[in-house]
Amino acid sequence: MRKIGLTSRILVLVAAVAMVSAYFYPIWQIKLWAPQYPEGIGMQIWIDRLTGDLASINKMNFYIGMAEIDEAMFPEFDYLKYIIGFIMAVGIVAGIAGRRMLMNIFLGLLVLLGIGALVDMYLWGYDYGHNLDPTAAIKIPGQSYQPPLIGYEQLLNFLAYSGPDTAGWILSGSALLVFVAILIEYGVFRRLFKRKKS
Amino acid sequence: MTKSLMFIGSAIFFMIALYSCRPPAPGAAATGDAASRVYVPPGEHDEFYNIVSGGFNGQISVVGLPSGRTFKIIPVFSVNPENGYGFSEETKPMLNTTHGFIPWDDLHHIAISTTDGVHDARWAFANANNTPRVARLDLTTFNTVEILEIPNSAGNHSSPFITENTEYVVAGTRFSVPFGEEEEDVDVPIETYKENFRGAITFISVDPDDGEMDIAFQIDAPPFNYDLARGGKGISGDWFFFSCYNTEMAHTLLEVNASQHDKDYIMAINWRKAEQYVREGRAETVRARYAHNKMDKATHMASSEIKEDVLMLDPTEFEDIIYFIPCPKSPHGVDVSHDGKYIVGSGKLAALIPVFSFEKMIEAIENEDFEGDINGLPILNYESVLHGEVERPGLGPLHTEFDGRGNAFTTMFVSSEVVMWDIETLEIIDRAPTYYSVGHLMIPGGCTAEPHGKYLVAYNKITKDRFLPTGPELCHSAQLFDISNGRLELLLDFPTIGEPHYAEAFPAELIKDKQVRFYDINENQHPYVTRGPGQARVERETEDRVRVYMTSIRSHFRPDNIEGIFVGDTVYFHVTNLEQEWDLPHGFAIKGANNAEILIMPGETLTLKWIPDRVGIWPFYCTDFCSALHQEMSGYVRVSPRGADVPLTYSTGGR
Repeated sequence: MRKIGLTSRILVLVAAVAMVSAYFYPIWQIKLWAPQYPEGIGMQIWIDRLTGDLASINKMNFYIGMAEIDEAMFPEFDYLKYIIGFIMAVGIVAGIAGRRMLMNIFLGLLVLLGIGALVDMYLWGYDYGHNLDPTAAIKIPGQSYQPPLIGYEQLLNFLAYSGPDTAGWILSGSALLVFVAILIEYGVFRRLFKRKKS
Repeated sequence: MTKSLMFIGSAIFFMIALYSCRPPAPGAAATGDAASRVYVPPGEHDEFYNIVSGGFNGQISVVGLPSGRTFKIIPVFSVNPENGYGFSEETKPMLNTTHGFIPWDDLHHIAISTTDGVHDARWAFANANNTPRVARLDLTTFNTVEILEIPNSAGNHSSPFITENTEYVVAGTRFSVPFGEEEEDVDVPIETYKENFRGAITFISVDPDDGEMDIAFQIDAPPFNYDLARGGKGISGDWFFFSCYNTEMAHTLLEVNASQHDKDYIMAINWRKAEQYVREGRAETVRARYAHNKMDKATHMASSEIKEDVLMLDPTEFEDIIYFIPCPKSPHGVDVSHDGKYIVGSGKLAALIPVFSFEKMIEAIENEDFEGDINGLPILNYESVLHGEVERPGLGPLHTEFDGRGNAFTTMFVSSEVVMWDIETLEIIDRAPTYYSVGHLMIPGGCTAEPHGKYLVAYNKITKDRFLPTGPELCHSAQLFDISNGRLELLLDFPTIGEPHYAEAFPAELIKDKQVRFYDINENQHPYVTRGPGQARVERETEDRVRVYMTSIRSHFRPDNIEGIFVGDTVYFHVTNLEQEWDLPHGFAIKGANNAEILIMPGETLTLKWIPDRVGIWPFYCTDFCSALHQEMSGYVRVSPRGADVPLTYSTGGR
């Protein structure tokens, strides 16, 4: 088992501890603007709940037959806190033990978490945007209302934005820190440095 | 023949020549770049809120400056079918008086609350001139939240002016009347005016935390006509000044009989002393009935209480409460400069404007420099108190405001102009015609210790040809001047709602971000609130009284089908707007209701009373376009003959 250097251990530990923010800040955000909502209305996705202008969003979506968003729609809220807790624990152990393999697993888990979350979001968004109430007041043939996965998209009169919120950015930062530590440990920086020198 | 032709020809020539000799009318044009100076681009906000009295419409309008755009009409002393004020069960008590429900009054003056003489803009106060009352508006909701009736008063004109920390709002009577609640006290011959009539000066206390008003005390002043008033500021902060006309004490044909004295008075009241004597228990409790109406924030309901007595202070029992300053002739406005040093009396029939010095007034009082007395109340020597006179200012001076840079601006009703003059030197600096017959004028903060001397607005009584004509009844108007360059530059004419008397303006920043956007439904303590669609229901409370607990939210009422209502039932629609979003009111109206609609703000509950007068199906609907499905927001009530075999049922969407 290879040990890792002090810098890398600190990076890994910082990355792992920073993940605690996921319990205190929203992870993802969706924002909507329309002529009637110049100030915008939004929704924040937390580790175990939703906040924001849900009532307003639901009121609006009612016209086009979209389902009412509520927390029961997201079974993820029941187990996401354990998953993130587990990954955090792996990170802390990796940092303390200073094992390279554990560090690699930590990054792998973080990347899997990110990909999993995006896939999950996409599947939810697809269902939410396509599975419309047939008794809706406004029906536009061929129109679906799937929110963007990341970035901006115009949906009828609404400009929709989807992207990481505070904790989401911090989690991405954690992954980046671990990645940097891995680069250090595999000597990528050292080789770059040498080549420049010669 | 030739001669007579020549004569006619020369006569016509002479007439044309004479006509063309007519001097040109004063220019009415605004300065070249005026448009850009009043232009507020789409989406941007005005710099000042201007709270403008509506005069005989009993309302207040909210105007932006410099654009002159009207944003809102706030009903105060008049019912407003547009939002149900005075028609809904919740707001009816606001217009209760000892005479019962009064749907109208004449609203003249505005006072915006101050701290240390500077606008804090927590509340606006307004007076009812006809049936004396003072109202308080909350400037976070722009609603009338309190109305206090003033007993022993008639023609509540020198009101609602305030002390510099809004400790008191005053209400001086313009028509003196006999005091009392007993018939033998008030059923007197009019010609016994001098013996039996009295002038009530009312001091209304204002709670510094929640603004609640109450009559602190009344001063039993001589039976003059108290026209206007101003509180002192800074060094003169303990004093209040009232203009008095009809010191002749005439009771008939006042236009002649009340215009005889060369000098009437400005009455100076040391309100600190008066307050102290009241605290010491030296005021008498006298019977005087008045209504006190309050809007409860939590229940959204107004209540009206009739109170029974007031504390009356007889100023002749004290040496140091009231002094009279002689002032030519029938003074209308009395205004105090921003530093509290000068008191400007505008004798509306005088050919000059006297400016009094507060410091000289105190000196004259200390030296007992008196030229007489009224019932033992000293009259100060005119010359001793005078700072100086503005000579030949124009005709009919009415009101003065200040720019905070040492200049005063006075309106001239008869010569229809605003005159700018220097307070120290009393020299006239500039004058500008107004269109026409200007009454009050207003500089943002111009009556406070901190004027924003950028704009001046003149409020005109007559408009004649200034706007597109609309038959015999024309609008009143306001004119905006730029005074920031040391002269009067006309920028804009704009029509006003009703007759604007006084107005005040303050920087929008003071309250813009404190506006209530909607009421929290969870804090709604209305006794008939419906907090969610699941609680919507209809209950027959007695044989002929039905309560409908109704909710409104985009885009349906719940319930929207009601059966089992009988002719002659009193039906209360308690409609709760469940929306929790800004700018989403719902309206409610039902066919045949002989009152008005109600306009319910998000989170609020309002009640419309309806007594169906015949059998049939009666639709109700939302009156405020609320959503793309607004037209669908409607329902039906089935009304059957009394005693018919129709059970009380209600539903929405079949449930």
